[in-house]
Amino acid sequence: MSKYTEDDLREELKTKEYEYGFYTDIESEKFPNGINEDVVRAISKKKNEPEWMTEWRLEAFRIWEQMEEPEWANVTYKKPSFQDISYYSAPKKKPKLNSLDEVDPDLLATFEKLGISLEEQKKLANVAVDIVMDSVSVATTFKETLAEKGIIFMPISEAIQEHPELVKKYIGSVVPPTDNFYAALNSAVFSDGSFCYIPKGVRCPMELSTYFRINEGGTGQFERTLVVADESSYVSYLEGCTAPQRDENQLHAAVVELIALDDAEIKYSTVQNWFPGDSEGKGGVFNFVTKRGLCETNAKISWTQVETGSAITWKYPSCILKGNNSVGEFYSIAVTNNHQQADTGTKMIHLGKNTKSTIISKGISAGKSQNSYRGLVQINSRAENARNFSQCDSLLMGNECGAHTFPYIEVKNKSAQIEHEATTSKIGEDQLFYCNQRGIDTEKAIALIVNGFSKEVLNKLPMEFAVEAQKLLEISLEGSVG
Amino acid sequence: MELKEKILSSYVAFENGININSDLHEIRTKALQNFEKLGFPTKKLEAWKYTSLNSILKEDYSIFPDREAAIELADVKKYFIHEIDSYKIVFVDGKYSSFLSSTTHDGKDVCLLSAAFSKDKYKPVIEKYFNKIAKQDNLTSLNTAFASEGAFIHIPKNVEVEKPIQIINFNTGKENAAMLQPRNLIVVEKNAHVQIIERHQNLNSNAVLTNSVTEIFTDTHATVDYYKIQNDNENASLVDNTYIEQQKESTCSVHTFSFGGNITRNNLNFYQKGEHINSILKGITIIEGKQHVDHHTLVNHIEPNCESHQDYKGIYGDRSTGVFNGKVIVEKEAQKTNAYQQNNNILISDKATINAKPQLEIFADDVKCSHGCTIGQLDDQALFYMQQRGIPKKEANALLMYAFANTVLESVKIPEVKKRITQLIANKLGVNIGFEL
Repeated sequence: MSKYTEDDLREELKTKEYEYGFYTDIESEKFPNGINEDVVRAISKKKNEPEWMTEWRLEAFRIWEQMEEPEWANVTYKKPSFQDISYYSAPKKKPKLNSLDEVDPDLLATFEKLGISLEEQKKLANVAVDIVMDSVSVATTFKETLAEKGIIFMPISEAIQEHPELVKKYIGSVVPPTDNFYAALNSAVFSDGSFCYIPKGVRCPMELSTYFRINEGGTGQFERTLVVADESSYVSYLEGCTAPQRDENQLHAAVVELIALDDAEIKYSTVQNWFPGDSEGKGGVFNFVTKRGLCETNAKISWTQVETGSAITWKYPSCILKGNNSVGEFYSIAVTNNHQQADTGTKMIHLGKNTKSTIISKGISAGKSQNSYRGLVQINSRAENARNFSQCDSLLMGNECGAHTFPYIEVKNKSAQIEHEATTSKIGEDQLFYCNQRGIDTEKAIALIVNGFSKEVLNKLPMEFAVEAQKLLEISLEGSVG
Repeated sequence: MELKEKILSSYVAFENGININSDLHEIRTKALQNFEKLGFPTKKLEAWKYTSLNSILKEDYSIFPDREAAIELADVKKYFIHEIDSYKIVFVDGKYSSFLSSTTHDGKDVCLLSAAFSKDKYKPVIEKYFNKIAKQDNLTSLNTAFASEGAFIHIPKNVEVEKPIQIINFNTGKENAAMLQPRNLIVVEKNAHVQIIERHQNLNSNAVLTNSVTEIFTDTHATVDYYKIQNDNENASLVDNTYIEQQKESTCSVHTFSFGGNITRNNLNFYQKGEHINSILKGITIIEGKQHVDHHTLVNHIEPNCESHQDYKGIYGDRSTGVFNGKVIVEKEAQKTNAYQQNNNILISDKATINAKPQLEIFADDVKCSHGCTIGQLDDQALFYMQQRGIPKKEANALLMYAFANTVLESVKIPEVKKRITQLIANKLGVNIGFEL
């Protein structure tokens, strides 16, 4: 019997192309490349936005022009040229639909390929899906069920039309355009995204979910998500990404703002699988995301993320614990393989009394990848009895990859209690031997060990996401141990 | 920047006093150019994010204190570890004081860098080691440019130095603020063994800025035991740059005791250039007032099968600020590395601040690396327990803090140094710890 050796596997993986790499040709309306005030105005006009929104975008654009691209992250890449990107592209046949039957069959086929058939999603998962396909939402489901509860869940472009008072009040309140280079760019040119508002005392009955994808070649995607949980409300929000294979680098600069008012709770989960580039590191998405949440009194924000894709990841979901007794959580798994580079982590800013934060970060690096954790825990002088626990574990596979931790701890209050620990390890040969001995092949054994390693984070994901994430981990790491 | 200009323009005067027809001078000139380009570090640099030198750079420092200042042994005896016999290399205002020193050339060289520079017999050593591992960064370059005096210690192979060596820098600066730039070179050959105690002391209320650079070479199987005692007055600022290169199977430990000073910045760098090396970095920081102590450590694991142990404890009172930035790099070839880093801090005042950044950069997969960092308070229950048994609160507090710092003290090999540090801690905490060690 011929044995399937590791070399075979390596060969197979080398030749195996990105499974979800395909390109659907939907005739789309696209702006010429480049950015200037006119482009910003045109985007705003295209969206039929009110005057204040246009002004807000222009203001952000002017700020962006003054800013410099940050270079402090532990990643190296060829900087994208911001004049070579088209800042707007919308599927031309923009359907206003009530049911799936009316959706363009081409689009439906795309979803099918990605394995997230809407019908199934609707039936099985009880998930309302607001699909963003190249920047414009084309289908929104379960809207009526949500409407009954008074929950607003719609593309942000519609929200600007229908609920301008809410959008105006909260947009940019947590991530102002001045925050950083990418946030400013996003504020100027964001095409679409999701808006979610949970009224007072309402517990959102289902997981809200958005699937983002980049579809049109050469269009950067600038999503803007705004989630507002009013007093004593609860919402769990899912975000997942897959992207088609592309040779040129694609830029993704999203902004996510969460606002949890008194006693509210927001759980935000992400599975990110943008195209990471091929085994030579060619292509792949640049993911520069600004995510931040604000907690008022007794509020809680929990970020959970599984990062397996992107050539470059630059992402720090953060919590500002403004109110007393507020809680921030960050659970993350970041997997890098081949030539991927990830610089990810969180910021926990403790302002209120008795605030608590937990950080669990699991980094897995394989191939020639670099995986960094960068985090900040800041206890301000008035944050009495603040508590933080941080744990950063790294798993290395092979000696060509790197794992790095850059934790910053700044404490200005004596009653604070901070614990930080980090470990680095590899998959032990004895562990593998134990599994092999019991008839589990090496590949499976690695999956098993990796799953065990990331269990603490996987457990925090909503059920259906956890399954998907587990599978993603296995795919991402196939053949990475020699 | 004014000070920078002043330093640059004083270089000509400096050149007049030294031999400019040597290779050394080329190194100096290059270093000066480097400093001219880089200037003083600002908070914009990641390495100086938490430490600003602005407040101390405003002083009008005299760059070359030219006056010979005499000090009486009786006045400064307390700054020595005088209970033990030791070699002493003492500098007053950057100049060698033969009166206070006790050096040797008997089988080993415990002497001056200026002497080593000028004598032919030391030329090979200087050529081989001087300025070889010191980083080309701003303040080290500044020191290199003006490098003329400091301790020169050369221990030949298989020599175990029978008594510790003390390097002490006094500043008398009665009229002016002064800037001092001591430069030490320590070469420990195969199998040799040496213990060194270093101290900087300001004897006046005028400001002093010491920018010190020490290069230590530890050859195969050699052992170096280095103690830095920093208990200066509040007008003294210190930037202490230490670079250590270790060859295989060597052991080097550096203990840094930071109990006082205005701004103290310790740049401690270890480069491991062989297998089976052990590097030990330990420190206790107890400060109050507006003092600032910044520990910036780097351990670079280059070869396989090496170890490093870091343990830094800090207690911060009043408005003091502490920084711990510990960086461990494990290179691709450095498999089976065992790197351990621990940093524990206690804040005892509402106005005190601690900024910690324990950093790991790992490129090898078969390694054991861990770091832990905590910030917390004394255990209320333990305090209560002791008070209940008749120990006053102040003493109970002190006992707990002493116990907290003791893991660092435990590894001090010279009993007299341990005793002195214990006394200093007791003074610091304002109690009389009722036991001898």
